Amino acid sequence: MEHKEIYDILEGVTDPEVPVLSIIDLGIVRDVRVERKDTADEVTVTITPTYSGCPAMDVLAMGIRMALSGRGYRKVNIENRISPAWTTDWMSEAGKQKLKAYGIAPPVRKTGREQALFEEDNIECPRCGSVETELISKFGPTSCKSLYKCSQCLEPFEHFKCH
Amino acid sequence: MRNKLYYVLQLADNALIMGQRLGEWCGHGPIIEQDIALTNTSLDHIGRARSLYQYAADIYNGMSAAEKAGCFLSVALSQKAKAGEAVQEDDMAFLRDAWDYRNFLLVEQPNKDWAYTIARDFYYDAFNYFYFAALSESSDTTLAAIAQKSLKEITYHLKWTSEWVIRLGDGTDESHGRIQEAINYLWPYTGEMFQMNQVQKEMAATSVAPDTAGVKTSWDGRINSILQEATLTVPASTFSHTGGIDGTHTEHLGFILSDLQFMQRAYPGMEW
Repeated sequence: MEHKEIYDILEGVTDPEVPVLSIIDLGIVRDVRVERKDTADEVTVTITPTYSGCPAMDVLAMGIRMALSGRGYRKVNIENRISPAWTTDWMSEAGKQKLKAYGIAPPVRKTGREQALFEEDNIECPRCGSVETELISKFGPTSCKSLYKCSQCLEPFEHFKCH
Repeated sequence: MRNKLYYVLQLADNALIMGQRLGEWCGHGPIIEQDIALTNTSLDHIGRARSLYQYAADIYNGMSAAEKAGCFLSVALSQKAKAGEAVQEDDMAFLRDAWDYRNFLLVEQPNKDWAYTIARDFYYDAFNYFYFAALSESSDTTLAAIAQKSLKEITYHLKWTSEWVIRLGDGTDESHGRIQEAINYLWPYTGEMFQMNQVQKEMAATSVAPDTAGVKTSWDGRINSILQEATLTVPASTFSHTGGIDGTHTEHLGFILSDLQFMQRAYPGMEW
Protein backbone atom coordinates (compact mmCIF):
# COMPACT_ATOMS: atom_id res chain seq x y z
CA MET A 1 0.00 0.00 0.00
CA GLU A 2 1.30 3.42 -0.93
CA HIS A 3 2.08 5.79 1.95
CA LYS A 4 1.57 3.02 4.48
CA GLU A 5 3.40 4.99 7.14
CA ILE A 6 0.96 7.88 6.81
CA TYR A 7 -2.03 5.56 6.95
CA ASP A 8 -0.57 3.93 10.07
CA ILE A 9 -0.34 7.34 11.72
CA LEU A 10 -3.91 8.19 10.67
CA GLU A 11 -5.02 4.91 12.23
CA GLY A 12 -4.26 6.63 15.54
CA VAL A 13 -6.65 9.54 14.88
CA THR A 14 -10.04 8.79 16.35
CA ASP A 15 -13.52 10.24 16.00
CA PRO A 16 -14.16 12.50 19.02
CA GLU A 17 -17.78 11.31 19.19
CA VAL A 18 -16.96 7.62 18.85
CA PRO A 19 -13.45 7.30 20.28
CA VAL A 20 -13.05 3.60 19.47
CA LEU A 21 -13.21 4.27 15.74
CA SER A 22 -10.24 5.59 13.83
CA ILE A 23 -10.79 7.76 10.79
CA ILE A 24 -9.54 4.80 8.73
CA ASP A 25 -12.20 2.52 10.27
CA LEU A 26 -14.83 5.15 9.47
CA GLY A 27 -13.74 5.28 5.85
CA ILE A 28 -13.54 9.06 5.73
CA VAL A 29 -9.93 9.26 4.52
CA ARG A 30 -10.26 9.38 0.74
CA ASP A 31 -6.74 10.12 -0.36
CA VAL A 32 -3.20 10.68 0.88
CA ARG A 33 -0.58 12.46 -1.19
CA VAL A 34 3.03 13.11 -0.30
CA GLU A 35 5.15 15.60 -2.21
CA ARG A 36 8.79 16.33 -1.69
CA LYS A 37 9.16 20.10 -1.25
CA ASP A 38 12.70 21.38 -0.71
CA THR A 39 13.99 19.15 2.04
CA ALA A 40 10.74 18.10 3.67
CA ASP A 41 7.71 16.02 2.76
CA GLU A 42 4.41 17.84 2.37
CA VAL A 43 1.41 15.66 3.17
CA THR A 44 -2.09 16.26 1.84
CA VAL A 45 -4.89 14.26 3.41
CA THR A 46 -8.31 14.34 1.76
CA ILE A 47 -11.26 13.60 4.03
CA THR A 48 -15.00 13.51 3.50
CA PRO A 49 -17.69 14.42 6.05
CA THR A 50 -20.06 11.75 7.32
CA TYR A 51 -22.93 14.27 7.50
CA SER A 52 -22.98 17.79 6.00
CA GLY A 53 -23.14 19.44 9.40
CA CYS A 54 -20.89 17.04 11.29
CA PRO A 55 -19.29 19.21 14.00
CA ALA A 56 -16.50 16.68 14.47
CA MET A 57 -14.85 17.59 11.16
CA ASP A 58 -12.84 20.51 12.54
CA VAL A 59 -11.65 18.39 15.47
CA LEU A 60 -10.71 15.57 13.09
CA ALA A 61 -8.72 17.93 10.88
CA MET A 62 -6.85 19.19 13.92
CA GLY A 63 -6.29 15.60 15.10
CA ILE A 64 -4.74 14.73 11.73
CA ARG A 65 -2.41 17.73 11.89
CA MET A 66 -1.32 16.93 15.42
CA ALA A 67 -0.71 13.25 14.71
CA LEU A 68 1.35 13.94 11.60
CA SER A 69 3.33 16.82 13.05
CA GLY A 70 4.07 14.66 16.11
CA ARG A 71 5.79 12.27 13.72
CA GLY A 72 7.83 14.94 12.01
CA TYR A 73 5.58 16.02 9.14
CA ARG A 74 5.63 19.79 9.37
CA LYS A 75 3.66 20.63 6.25
CA VAL A 76 0.19 19.14 6.36
CA ASN A 77 -2.78 20.12 4.19
CA ILE A 78 -6.29 18.90 4.82
CA GLU A 79 -8.69 18.90 1.91
CA ASN A 80 -12.41 18.25 2.03
CA ARG A 81 -14.14 16.31 -0.67
CA ILE A 82 -17.87 15.69 -0.59
CA SER A 83 -18.26 13.63 -3.74
CA PRO A 84 -18.85 10.72 -3.83
CA ALA A 85 -20.88 11.06 -0.65
CA TRP A 86 -19.76 9.03 2.36
CA THR A 87 -21.74 5.93 3.18
CA THR A 88 -21.61 3.48 6.08
CA ASP A 89 -20.72 0.81 3.51
CA TRP A 90 -17.21 2.30 3.66
CA MET A 91 -16.84 1.47 7.35
CA SER A 92 -14.32 -1.33 7.84
CA GLU A 93 -15.32 -4.72 9.25
CA ALA A 94 -12.84 -4.15 12.07
CA GLY A 95 -14.56 -0.83 12.76
CA LYS A 96 -17.96 -2.51 13.03
CA GLN A 97 -16.59 -5.04 15.52
CA LYS A 98 -15.00 -2.25 17.58
CA LEU A 99 -18.30 -0.37 17.63
CA LYS A 100 -20.16 -3.41 18.87
CA ALA A 101 -17.61 -4.11 21.61
CA TYR A 102 -17.96 -0.44 22.65
CA GLY A 103 -21.73 -0.84 23.06
CA ILE A 104 -22.91 0.80 19.84
CA ALA A 105 -24.84 -1.42 17.42
CA PRO A 106 -23.07 -1.17 14.04
CA PRO A 107 -24.84 -0.45 10.74
CA VAL A 108 -26.37 -3.67 9.41
CA ARG A 109 -27.68 -3.27 5.94
CA LYS A 110 -26.26 -1.99 2.69
CA THR A 111 -27.33 1.55 2.01
CA GLY A 112 -29.16 2.76 -1.05
CA ARG A 113 -32.58 1.36 -0.32
CA GLU A 114 -35.09 3.86 0.96
CA GLN A 115 -37.12 2.70 3.94
CA ALA A 116 -40.90 2.73 3.87
CA LEU A 117 -42.71 4.99 6.31
CA PHE A 118 -42.64 3.63 9.86
CA GLU A 119 -40.27 0.87 8.72
CA GLU A 120 -37.34 0.15 11.05
CA ASP A 121 -34.14 -1.83 10.82
CA ASN A 122 -33.97 -4.99 12.90
CA ILE A 123 -31.11 -4.21 15.26
CA GLU A 124 -29.25 -6.60 17.53
CA CYS A 125 -28.59 -5.45 21.10
CA PRO A 126 -24.81 -4.97 21.43
CA ARG A 127 -24.97 -6.03 25.09
CA CYS A 128 -27.00 -9.24 25.17
CA GLY A 129 -27.31 -10.06 21.45
CA SER A 130 -31.11 -10.17 21.46
CA VAL A 131 -32.93 -8.92 18.36
CA GLU A 132 -35.97 -8.05 20.47
CA THR A 133 -35.21 -4.35 20.34
CA GLU A 134 -37.24 -1.26 19.67
CA LEU A 135 -36.46 2.12 18.20
CA ILE A 136 -36.80 5.04 20.62
CA SER A 137 -35.73 7.75 18.19
CA LYS A 138 -34.21 7.89 14.73
CA PHE A 139 -32.12 10.82 15.90
CA GLY A 140 -29.52 10.29 18.59
CA PRO A 141 -26.87 12.32 20.41
CA THR A 142 -24.97 12.71 17.12
CA SER A 143 -26.23 12.83 13.53
CA CYS A 144 -24.84 9.38 12.77
CA LYS A 145 -26.67 7.53 15.55
CA SER A 146 -30.21 6.56 16.53
CA LEU A 147 -31.52 5.43 19.91
CA TYR A 148 -32.78 1.93 20.68
CA LYS A 149 -33.92 -0.05 23.70
CA CYS A 150 -33.46 -3.78 24.22
CA SER A 151 -36.68 -5.51 25.28
CA GLN A 152 -34.69 -8.49 26.58
CA CYS A 153 -32.03 -6.96 28.84
CA LEU A 154 -33.88 -3.62 29.02
CA GLU A 155 -30.73 -1.61 28.35
CA PRO A 156 -30.95 1.43 26.09
CA PHE A 157 -28.25 1.61 23.41
CA GLU A 158 -27.14 3.60 20.40
CA HIS A 159 -27.14 2.37 16.83
CA PHE A 160 -24.84 3.70 14.13
CA LYS A 161 -27.37 4.35 11.37
CA CYS A 162 -27.07 2.96 7.88
CA HIS A 163 -26.42 6.03 5.78
CA MET B 1 -21.89 35.04 -13.00
CA ARG B 2 -24.29 37.19 -11.04
CA ASN B 3 -27.22 34.90 -11.69
CA LYS B 4 -25.19 31.89 -10.60
CA LEU B 5 -24.26 33.73 -7.41
CA TYR B 6 -27.89 34.60 -6.71
CA TYR B 7 -29.02 31.08 -7.42
CA VAL B 8 -26.49 29.48 -5.07
CA LEU B 9 -27.45 32.04 -2.42
CA GLN B 10 -31.11 31.14 -2.81
CA LEU B 11 -30.29 27.51 -2.09
CA ALA B 12 -28.03 28.50 0.80
CA ASP B 13 -30.51 30.96 2.34
CA ASN B 14 -33.28 28.37 2.38
CA ALA B 15 -30.98 25.97 4.19
CA LEU B 16 -29.74 28.52 6.71
CA ILE B 17 -33.11 30.01 7.61
CA MET B 18 -34.71 26.59 7.93
CA GLY B 19 -31.80 25.45 10.10
CA GLN B 20 -32.07 28.57 12.26
CA ARG B 21 -35.81 28.10 12.74
CA LEU B 22 -35.35 24.47 13.78
CA GLY B 23 -32.50 25.47 16.08
CA GLU B 24 -35.02 27.59 17.99
CA TRP B 25 -36.56 24.34 19.20
CA CYS B 26 -33.34 23.41 20.99
CA GLY B 27 -34.24 22.86 24.63
CA HIS B 28 -37.96 23.41 23.94
CA GLY B 29 -39.00 20.14 22.30
CA PRO B 30 -41.97 18.27 23.82
CA ILE B 31 -39.73 15.33 24.71
CA ILE B 32 -35.99 15.03 24.49
CA GLU B 33 -35.93 12.59 21.55
CA GLN B 34 -37.94 14.95 19.36
CA ASP B 35 -35.96 17.95 20.55
CA ILE B 36 -32.83 16.11 19.40
CA ALA B 37 -34.49 15.14 16.13
CA LEU B 38 -35.14 18.78 15.26
CA THR B 39 -31.68 19.97 16.23
CA ASN B 40 -30.07 17.10 14.27
CA THR B 41 -32.11 18.14 11.26
CA SER B 42 -31.13 21.75 11.86
CA LEU B 43 -27.48 20.73 11.77
CA ASP B 44 -27.96 19.03 8.40
CA HIS B 45 -29.52 22.20 6.97
CA ILE B 46 -26.79 24.43 8.38
CA GLY B 47 -24.09 22.06 7.13
CA ARG B 48 -25.59 22.30 3.66
CA ALA B 49 -25.81 26.09 3.99
CA ARG B 50 -22.09 26.26 4.83
CA SER B 51 -21.06 24.33 1.70
CA LEU B 52 -23.30 26.52 -0.44
CA TYR B 53 -22.18 29.81 1.12
CA GLN B 54 -18.56 28.91 0.61
CA TYR B 55 -19.32 28.17 -3.02
CA ALA B 56 -21.18 31.50 -3.32
CA ALA B 57 -18.21 33.28 -1.73
CA ASP B 58 -15.84 31.63 -4.23
CA ILE B 59 -18.03 32.73 -7.13
CA TYR B 60 -18.21 36.26 -5.77
CA ASN B 61 -14.46 36.48 -5.13
CA GLY B 62 -13.84 35.39 -8.69
CA MET B 63 -15.93 38.22 -10.15
CA SER B 64 -14.39 41.42 -11.50
CA ALA B 65 -14.89 44.67 -9.59
CA ALA B 66 -17.37 45.80 -12.23
CA GLU B 67 -19.39 42.61 -11.85
CA LYS B 68 -19.33 42.86 -8.08
CA ALA B 69 -20.65 46.42 -8.03
CA GLY B 70 -24.30 46.48 -7.06
CA CYS B 71 -24.57 42.75 -6.40
CA PHE B 72 -25.71 43.41 -2.86
CA LEU B 73 -27.64 46.24 -1.28
CA SER B 74 -26.23 45.44 2.15
CA VAL B 75 -23.70 48.05 3.21
CA ALA B 76 -21.52 45.84 5.42
CA LEU B 77 -20.86 43.32 2.68
CA SER B 78 -20.37 45.92 -0.05
CA GLN B 79 -17.80 47.76 2.06
CA LYS B 80 -15.83 44.60 2.58
CA ALA B 81 -15.82 43.91 -1.13
CA LYS B 82 -14.86 47.51 -1.93
CA ALA B 83 -11.91 47.27 0.45
CA GLY B 84 -10.70 44.43 -1.79
CA GLU B 85 -11.08 41.75 0.88
CA ALA B 86 -12.05 38.24 -0.14
CA VAL B 87 -15.36 37.24 1.44
CA GLN B 88 -15.98 33.96 3.27
CA GLU B 89 -19.00 31.77 3.90
CA ASP B 90 -19.66 33.60 7.19
CA ASP B 91 -19.79 37.00 5.48
CA MET B 92 -22.56 35.75 3.21
CA ALA B 93 -24.59 34.62 6.21
CA PHE B 94 -23.86 37.44 8.63
CA LEU B 95 -23.38 40.57 6.54
CA ARG B 96 -26.37 40.52 4.22
CA ASP B 97 -29.59 42.26 5.20
CA ALA B 98 -33.06 40.83 4.68
CA TRP B 99 -33.49 42.31 1.18
CA ASP B 100 -30.40 40.42 0.00
CA TYR B 101 -31.80 37.13 1.32
CA ARG B 102 -33.48 34.94 -1.29
CA ASN B 103 -35.12 32.20 0.77
CA PHE B 104 -38.72 31.08 0.40
CA LEU B 105 -41.28 32.82 2.59
CA LEU B 106 -42.26 29.35 3.82
CA VAL B 107 -39.03 28.64 5.70
CA GLU B 108 -39.10 31.91 7.62
CA GLN B 109 -42.58 31.24 9.02
CA PRO B 110 -42.52 30.90 12.83
CA ASN B 111 -42.40 27.54 14.60
CA LYS B 112 -45.54 28.51 16.52
CA ASP B 113 -46.37 25.02 17.80
CA TRP B 114 -45.62 21.38 17.01
CA ALA B 115 -48.27 21.16 14.29
CA TYR B 116 -47.11 24.31 12.48
CA THR B 117 -43.49 23.22 12.67
CA ILE B 118 -44.29 19.76 11.32
CA ALA B 119 -46.53 21.10 8.53
CA ARG B 120 -43.96 23.67 7.37
CA ASP B 121 -41.11 21.18 7.48
CA PHE B 122 -43.16 18.54 5.71
CA TYR B 123 -43.95 20.88 2.80
CA TYR B 124 -40.33 21.95 2.58
CA ASP B 125 -38.78 18.49 3.03
CA ALA B 126 -41.00 17.06 0.30
CA PHE B 127 -39.93 19.88 -2.01
CA ASN B 128 -36.27 19.43 -1.07
CA TYR B 129 -36.41 15.72 -1.66
CA PHE B 130 -37.52 15.98 -5.27
CA TYR B 131 -35.64 19.19 -5.95
CA PHE B 132 -32.28 17.89 -4.72
CA ALA B 133 -32.78 14.62 -6.55
CA ALA B 134 -33.04 16.71 -9.72
CA LEU B 135 -30.18 19.02 -8.67
CA SER B 136 -27.96 15.93 -8.27
CA GLU B 137 -27.93 15.90 -12.07
CA SER B 138 -26.90 19.54 -12.32
CA SER B 139 -24.40 20.52 -15.03
CA ASP B 140 -22.55 22.37 -12.25
CA THR B 141 -20.42 19.69 -10.58
CA THR B 142 -20.10 21.49 -7.25
CA LEU B 143 -23.87 21.84 -6.92
CA ALA B 144 -24.36 18.24 -8.04
CA ALA B 145 -21.94 17.02 -5.34
CA ILE B 146 -23.60 19.10 -2.61
CA ALA B 147 -27.02 17.86 -3.78
CA GLN B 148 -25.99 14.19 -3.72
CA LYS B 149 -24.62 14.56 -0.22
CA SER B 150 -27.69 16.44 1.01
CA LEU B 151 -30.20 14.10 -0.55
CA LYS B 152 -29.24 11.31 1.83
CA GLU B 153 -30.02 13.58 4.78
CA ILE B 154 -33.17 15.05 3.25
CA THR B 155 -34.48 11.50 2.82
CA TYR B 156 -34.49 11.11 6.63
CA HIS B 157 -36.08 14.50 7.12
CA LEU B 158 -38.97 13.69 4.80
CA LYS B 159 -39.54 10.29 6.36
CA TRP B 160 -39.61 11.82 9.83
CA THR B 161 -42.00 14.68 8.97
CA SER B 162 -44.26 12.40 6.89
CA GLU B 163 -44.62 10.05 9.86
CA TRP B 164 -45.47 12.95 12.13
CA VAL B 165 -48.11 14.31 9.75
CA ILE B 166 -49.75 10.88 9.72
CA ARG B 167 -49.40 10.44 13.48
CA LEU B 168 -51.04 13.81 14.18
CA GLY B 169 -53.66 13.65 11.43
CA ASP B 170 -54.72 10.11 12.20
CA GLY B 171 -54.37 10.69 15.97
CA THR B 172 -56.82 12.31 18.36
CA ASP B 173 -59.50 14.85 17.43
CA GLU B 174 -57.31 17.52 18.98
CA SER B 175 -54.15 16.61 17.01
CA HIS B 176 -56.16 16.15 13.80
CA GLY B 177 -57.70 19.60 14.11
CA ARG B 178 -54.41 21.28 14.96
CA ILE B 179 -52.41 19.77 12.08
CA GLN B 180 -55.21 20.46 9.58
CA GLU B 181 -55.21 24.09 10.69
CA ALA B 182 -51.44 24.32 10.18
CA ILE B 183 -51.64 22.56 6.80
CA ASN B 184 -54.28 25.07 5.68
CA TYR B 185 -52.50 28.13 7.05
CA LEU B 186 -49.15 27.33 5.46
CA TRP B 187 -50.55 26.12 2.14
CA PRO B 188 -50.43 29.56 0.40
CA TYR B 189 -46.68 29.67 1.11
CA THR B 190 -45.97 26.50 -0.88
CA GLY B 191 -46.57 27.88 -4.37
CA GLU B 192 -43.46 30.04 -4.24
CA MET B 193 -41.21 26.97 -4.15
CA PHE B 194 -42.19 26.17 -7.73
CA GLN B 195 -41.95 29.68 -9.10
CA MET B 196 -39.19 30.27 -11.58
CA ASN B 197 -37.80 33.79 -11.36
CA GLN B 198 -35.39 35.24 -13.92
CA VAL B 199 -32.38 33.85 -12.10
CA GLN B 200 -33.75 30.33 -12.05
CA LYS B 201 -34.92 30.44 -15.66
CA GLU B 202 -31.43 31.36 -16.75
CA MET B 203 -29.90 28.64 -14.57
CA ALA B 204 -32.37 26.08 -15.88
CA ALA B 205 -31.52 27.02 -19.47
CA THR B 206 -27.96 25.80 -18.88
CA SER B 207 -29.11 22.78 -16.81
CA VAL B 208 -27.53 24.21 -13.65
CA ALA B 209 -30.94 24.36 -11.95
CA PRO B 210 -33.80 21.90 -12.39
CA ASP B 211 -37.05 22.96 -13.94
CA THR B 212 -39.54 23.07 -11.08
CA ALA B 213 -42.47 21.80 -13.17
CA GLY B 214 -41.34 18.19 -12.75
CA VAL B 215 -40.64 18.75 -9.06
CA LYS B 216 -44.17 20.12 -8.61
CA THR B 217 -45.79 17.00 -10.06
CA SER B 218 -43.80 14.72 -7.75
CA TRP B 219 -44.42 17.02 -4.78
CA ASP B 220 -48.19 17.05 -5.39
CA GLY B 221 -48.17 13.27 -5.51
CA ARG B 222 -46.32 12.92 -2.22
CA ILE B 223 -48.38 15.58 -0.42
CA ASN B 224 -51.65 14.03 -1.60
CA SER B 225 -50.74 10.51 -0.56
CA ILE B 226 -49.41 11.46 2.89
CA LEU B 227 -52.33 13.79 3.68
CA GLN B 228 -54.74 11.11 2.58
CA GLU B 229 -53.09 8.52 4.80
CA ALA B 230 -53.23 11.08 7.62
CA THR B 231 -57.01 11.50 7.02
CA LEU B 232 -56.39 15.17 6.26
CA THR B 233 -57.81 17.36 3.52
CA VAL B 234 -55.57 18.84 0.84
CA PRO B 235 -56.33 22.59 0.66
CA ALA B 236 -58.01 23.63 -2.58
CA SER B 237 -56.77 27.23 -2.81
CA THR B 238 -54.37 28.15 -5.60
CA PHE B 239 -53.39 31.53 -4.15
CA SER B 240 -49.71 31.92 -3.44
CA HIS B 241 -47.67 34.43 -1.44
CA THR B 242 -44.54 35.40 -3.34
CA GLY B 243 -41.49 37.62 -3.11
CA GLY B 244 -38.95 35.76 -1.00
CA ILE B 245 -36.80 34.51 -3.86
CA ASP B 246 -36.48 38.11 -5.08
CA GLY B 247 -35.73 39.57 -1.67
CA THR B 248 -39.16 40.74 -0.49
CA HIS B 249 -39.88 39.01 2.78
CA THR B 250 -42.46 38.71 5.52
CA GLU B 251 -41.76 40.63 8.73
CA HIS B 252 -40.39 37.45 10.31
CA LEU B 253 -37.06 37.38 8.47
CA GLY B 254 -35.79 40.61 10.04
CA PHE B 255 -36.29 39.17 13.51
CA ILE B 256 -34.51 35.95 12.57
CA LEU B 257 -31.55 37.87 11.20
CA SER B 258 -31.29 40.17 14.19
CA ASP B 259 -30.86 37.06 16.35
CA LEU B 260 -28.59 35.30 13.89
CA GLN B 261 -26.35 38.23 13.01
CA PHE B 262 -26.15 40.15 16.27
CA MET B 263 -22.67 39.05 17.34
CA GLN B 264 -21.01 39.69 13.98
CA ARG B 265 -22.68 43.08 13.62
CA ALA B 266 -21.87 44.19 17.16
CA TYR B 267 -18.36 42.73 17.20
CA PRO B 268 -17.23 42.56 13.57
CA GLY B 269 -14.86 39.70 12.79
CA MET B 270 -15.15 38.12 16.24
CA GLU B 271 -14.31 34.44 16.52
CA TRP B 272 -15.87 31.93 18.86
